[in-house]
Amino acid sequence: MNVSHLLISALLMFLATLAPRFVPFVFIQKKITSPFWKSFLFYLPYAVLSALTFPYVLYSTGSLPAAAIATAAALAMSFFELNMAAVAALSFLVAFGLSFLL
Amino acid sequence: MSKKDAYLSGLKKGIAVAIAYLAVSFTFGLAARRGTFPLWFASLISATNLTSAGQFTGIELLRLGAGYLELTLAVFIINLRYALMSFSLSQQVKVRVEPVTRFCMSLFLTDEVFALANEKGGELTPAYYFGLSTLPYLGWQIGTLAGYLSGGLFPNRVIAAAGIAIYCMYIAIFLPPLKKEKGIALAVLTAAAISCATFYLPFVNRIPMGFRVIIAALAATLVAAALFPKKEESIAAPQTEKEANR
Repeated sequence: MNVSHLLISALLMFLATLAPRFVPFVFIQKKITSPFWKSFLFYLPYAVLSALTFPYVLYSTGSLPAAAIATAAALAMSFFELNMAAVAALSFLVAFGLSFLL
Repeated sequence: MSKKDAYLSGLKKGIAVAIAYLAVSFTFGLAARRGTFPLWFASLISATNLTSAGQFTGIELLRLGAGYLELTLAVFIINLRYALMSFSLSQQVKVRVEPVTRFCMSLFLTDEVFALANEKGGELTPAYYFGLSTLPYLGWQIGTLAGYLSGGLFPNRVIAAAGIAIYCMYIAIFLPPLKKEKGIALAVLTAAAISCATFYLPFVNRIPMGFRVIIAALAATLVAAALFPKKEESIAAPQTEKEANR
C-alpha cells in the first residue's frame, strides 16, 4: 500500500462520509413527504448494521466457535438492553476466555 | 442562555459519549494496526471520518484490496443513515443559522451526537451542538492513537478477540428496537439472511464484500419500507428506555 493510494482512499472515504452528513442539512429546507422514502431512510441504518454483522462477526476473532458463542452472548445481552459498551466489553471477554479452550 | 453557557452545557453532556468513543476508537486503532496500515493513515481517517461502521468497513475493504468505486460506494451507503439525521437537524435549528455554520456542524454529526442533540428540548443552537461534539471528537482521536500505539503491548490473542467488539456494538444498536417494531425486525433479519447467502453461495460470493453488504442492506430496506411504511409520526430512531433516561 503506497502513500498516494492511501491518500486517495482517505479522501474518498472522507467525501463518502461527508456527503450524506451535510447535503440535507445545508440544502434541504422542506420536508420529505413520501412515506416510502421516509421509511426507507428509517430502516436503512438497521439493515446496514445487520448486513455488516452477519456473517462477518463469526470470523472476527480467528476462532469460529469462540466467536459464535460470544455473538450469542452479545445477542442475549442486547435483547435485555444492556448498555452498548458493556455488551462489547463482555462479549470481548467471552471470546478471549474461550480462545484458550476452543 | 449565553453562547458560552450553551457550549459548556453541551460539553458536559458529551462526556459519556466521549468515554464510549475512547473504547470503540481504541479497537479501530488496533484493527488499523492489525491491517498493517500506517499510524498517520489511522489518525487521518479518524480525524476526517468520525464514524465507526464506515471506518471499520473502509479499512477492511482496503485490506482486501477493494477498488476505489467499491470503497466509495460501500462507505457512502453505510453512511447514508446520516442523511436522515442531517435532515432532522435541518428541521430543528433556526433558519438563520448560516450555511457555513451548518456545514461545520455536519462534520461532527454521529449517531450518538444526534441522539444527544435530540434530547435537548426546544431550539438547538450551534454553540450547544459544538459543545456536545467537542469531547466525543477528541475521545475518538485519542482512542485511535492509543489503540494503534498500544497494539504492540498486547498479546495477539487479545487483539484477535478485540475484533469482535465493534460487531457486538452493532448488535447492541439494532437488537433493542427490533423487539419493538416489526419493520425493523424484518429489515434486520432480511439483511442478515441476504448477507449470509451472498457470503456462502458459490459464484455469488465472488462479488466483493462491499457490494455484498450494499445489496443485502438495500434489498432488506426496500422490503421493509414496502411492507411496513412508517406513518407520519417521528422518523427519529425509536429510543430504548435506557437512552430515554440517559
